[in-house]
Amino acid sequence: MRNMTYGEAIREGLRIKMKEDDSVFIFGEDVGQFGGCFGVTAGLLDEFGERRVRDTPISEGVIVGCAVGASATGLKPVAELMFIDFLTVGMDQLVNQAAKMRFMFGGKITLPMVVRLPAGAGVQAAAQHSQSLEAWITHVPGLKVVYPSTPQDALGLMLSAIEDDNPVMFIEHKLLYAMSGEVDDVVKPIPIGSADVKREGKDITVVATGKMVHDALEAAEVLAKDGIELEVIDPRSLYPLDKNTLYASVKKTHKVLVITEENKRGGYGGELSAMISEELFDDLDAPIVRIGALDTPIPFSPQLESYVIPNAMDIVNAIKKML
Amino acid sequence: MKLSNDQMIEMYRTMMKIRKFETKAMDLFAKGSIPGFVHLYLGEEAVATGVCANLNDDDYITSTHRGHGHIVAKGGDLKFMMAELFGKETGYCKGKGGSMHIADATKGILGANGIVGAGHNIAAGAGLSIAYRGTEQVCVCFFGDASTNQGTFHESLNLASVWKLPVVFVCENNLYGISLSQSKHQAIKDISDRAVAYNMPGITVDGNDVFAVYEAAEEAIKRARAGQGPTLIECKTYRHRGHFEGDPGAYKPKEEVEEWMAKDPIPRYEAFLLENEILTKKELDKVVASVDDAIKEAIDFADNSNYPALESVVEDIYTDLKEEVRVR
Repeated sequence: MRNMTYGEAIREGLRIKMKEDDSVFIFGEDVGQFGGCFGVTAGLLDEFGERRVRDTPISEGVIVGCAVGASATGLKPVAELMFIDFLTVGMDQLVNQAAKMRFMFGGKITLPMVVRLPAGAGVQAAAQHSQSLEAWITHVPGLKVVYPSTPQDALGLMLSAIEDDNPVMFIEHKLLYAMSGEVDDVVKPIPIGSADVKREGKDITVVATGKMVHDALEAAEVLAKDGIELEVIDPRSLYPLDKNTLYASVKKTHKVLVITEENKRGGYGGELSAMISEELFDDLDAPIVRIGALDTPIPFSPQLESYVIPNAMDIVNAIKKML
Repeated sequence: MKLSNDQMIEMYRTMMKIRKFETKAMDLFAKGSIPGFVHLYLGEEAVATGVCANLNDDDYITSTHRGHGHIVAKGGDLKFMMAELFGKETGYCKGKGGSMHIADATKGILGANGIVGAGHNIAAGAGLSIAYRGTEQVCVCFFGDASTNQGTFHESLNLASVWKLPVVFVCENNLYGISLSQSKHQAIKDISDRAVAYNMPGITVDGNDVFAVYEAAEEAIKRARAGQGPTLIECKTYRHRGHFEGDPGAYKPKEEVEEWMAKDPIPRYEAFLLENEILTKKELDKVVASVDDAIKEAIDFADNSNYPALESVVEDIYTDLKEEVRVR
């Protein structure tokens, strides 16, 4: 085992695939000389040169569009949008082009492309640089969406994302970049569509994504002192979703809490809740509880921001009400 | 520009194929055989023909909602095209795309596109791919006048120019964005003027003169293949029909229509071929007859094909995942 940060793990995943396959290259705003807005691609320009590490103009439409055109013609591009919030500017190329081309063309085109999407609040970046927009992209048939919460998962999922023959949206949480964790010495891809049980427990299943996985684990520690055992499931892959792992846990605990950082209205957490209710109603002993951010834009002031975003205490309080 | 007689005859055949295919599509749509929306290329045949006569099979094109002409000129198969228009399983897209989404990866056709201006950025990506792989391919991006007001036009021309990508931007200025005339949607007359902003050559040609188009494209493609970057070519042309079938085009002044019908690229080219004795009238009629046969064959093929099985709708969304077929 070795230690690395979440940001380093993403970089390591990129490095491994770039060394392995000349058709893999990365591009985006300030990914080269500057090393990426969050330092994730630092050093890659020196290692691989300008052909494979390209700084683009601030032009998100053409960044996503280039990934579409390049992947349709035999390359494996990894594009970075500096913030997931900038998806809005590249949305047509993603939703109407990348996601639909294979289907519209009767399966005659393959788009092995990855778009890296730094997401989430907690850095006082306010309403246009802090969103969690996983619901928008998981809603679109044709895209795969992954959201790692640990360095190990980030590395393993990056390898799989680049290997995948479909457009994969790779969501990264900004607050996790500096978080360290253990990573296997022998690196293996983590299949897209495999969830992970981050903590075993018998009382209540907590389904959490991204940074909320860590809040859920913190809540589990707190509640363990009172003898309450949470089982924390990290789907890791939002689409395709590993229903087997998730449902096995629900059938064991019979109670479910879903926590995501997105604002609650119309969120991915709602989709998870509805799916479990529809398919496992008879296994449930209580209504599913859903936690998300308040339905406000993300505010700037640290006091307001932390009020809007859910945290471990929100989970603890909600669990106590469920018992 | 040096074209052999055979090449000139081939270009005539291509123009006739487009003309006849579109005329038949018009009739079949009116009869109800073709569902959905159909945007016809009638009147603009010289553009796709003149440009694509310079391309090889492994060169790329991106196309538009008015894409049939580009696909025919790039070597698309009329049978698979017609079957797709009918929504049949034997169509290019297995009936999942229709008129606006025909693609053929084996011919470098990266797809017609229902979003105005969406092809620009995809073309830049194909250009990036060519530059990255270091081949001598080129990507031609076809688009209309109205799409030059979309952000994608500016984003892609900028990127292609700063990275010297082998992309040729071909604007088919047919004077209308749906119903809005060019004078009402932009404050310039010559769209090629916009090339200046991106420090690339810009040229305006008579889009109803197949040789003028050929010549401009030849030069631009040569530059692109030599690594000298993109060119913007504006072809002034006119769409004979409305924006889509069912749009009577009432917004087009009668005099304007008459003026442009007199400039129809096909009779013009026929006159050239006959006057210069490239073809005799008899030989020309033979070309037309062979095109008629090919169109008839395409319609029969489409007619005799099956509609896709309902289960097929969950396929081709991903390479490796299949949605469940649901019984509601």
